[in-house]
Amino acid sequence: MKESLIQSSYFGLVLTIGLYVLADWLKCKMRWKILTPFLAAVAATIACLVLLGIDYDSYAASSGVLTYLLTPMTVCLAVPMYKQLHLLKKHMGAVLIAVFSGVMANALTIFFLSLLFGLEHKYYVSILPKSVTSAIALGVCEEAGGIASFTVIGLSFAGILGSIIAVTIFRVLHIEEPIARGLALGNASHMLGAAKALELGETESAMASLTVVVAGLMTVFVVPVMAGLL
Amino acid sequence: MKYMKECLILFSVTLAGELLNRMLPFPVPAGVYGMFLLLFLLCAGAVRLEQIESISGFLLEIMPLLFVPPTVALLTIYDEAVVIIVPLTVICIVSTIATNAVTGLTAQWIIQRGKKKKEEQ
Repeated sequence: MKESLIQSSYFGLVLTIGLYVLADWLKCKMRWKILTPFLAAVAATIACLVLLGIDYDSYAASSGVLTYLLTPMTVCLAVPMYKQLHLLKKHMGAVLIAVFSGVMANALTIFFLSLLFGLEHKYYVSILPKSVTSAIALGVCEEAGGIASFTVIGLSFAGILGSIIAVTIFRVLHIEEPIARGLALGNASHMLGAAKALELGETESAMASLTVVVAGLMTVFVVPVMAGLL
Repeated sequence: MKYMKECLILFSVTLAGELLNRMLPFPVPAGVYGMFLLLFLLCAGAVRLEQIESISGFLLEIMPLLFVPPTVALLTIYDEAVVIIVPLTVICIVSTIATNAVTGLTAQWIIQRGKKKKEEQ
């Protein structure tokens, strides 16, 4: 049985999709609101692999089609970007300046803190792109010679924790403009921030999903420069 | 033929992005080159939105699923991760707060300045 599972070309795929759908079902139908389907699916997948004694390489081989689709999926980001192009044109100044300031704030805090903690270069470049959408962050990490798994740790902090504390930040700093809130959420917490922005309002949501792509593009150029510093 | 044509458009753009990534000396991921190319094609009217909508809708919906395998790879770096998890956590939390605050404050400042100018006129 175990041999058959390891050799199967679809086991990893079915396991991954199945656990994701199950986690989403628990969140929506059973009202486990705190549950993040993504994290739950990851944790459950890891647990299954460990319990069944299946190594990561066999799992990766049988879920490889998902990884294969990462690049075409990133290309598809052009569609929401195209739909929101009018928003970018209308608020060009605010979007470009604010998003760039945020991208630099992200890169500089990571740089100074990494210096302070004496973090190795490979870990430093792995977390540098942590505030942009995973589709772009993983590509940037690879180009910079980082380790994808560490980028994912950073992305999880930025997305999950970032969208939880965002509302508190807005209250403390009196950030009340819907556009400013959307930009902040999208820039600090990528797609998960955009999901949070949807709860705040339509303007917030549109600005956040636009920011995710704009910040991603800026990060593509900022990371190689910052990577050379440490 | 609708789905076949959509696949052809998307995978051709992806292929072009991959080739640009290999041939040009910039550290830009293949997907980002492809994204720019598709955006350009949409703006130029060479590709219409409905010619790409089904497949992009499908891929964008399953996006979180695509990141499960790279995250499960944490399994293979567990020993390495445990050692640096404290500094990593601190760096991620502080920089996330900084990014959010700086972006929000800058945007709000620009927007309110714009509004004041309009009122003065």
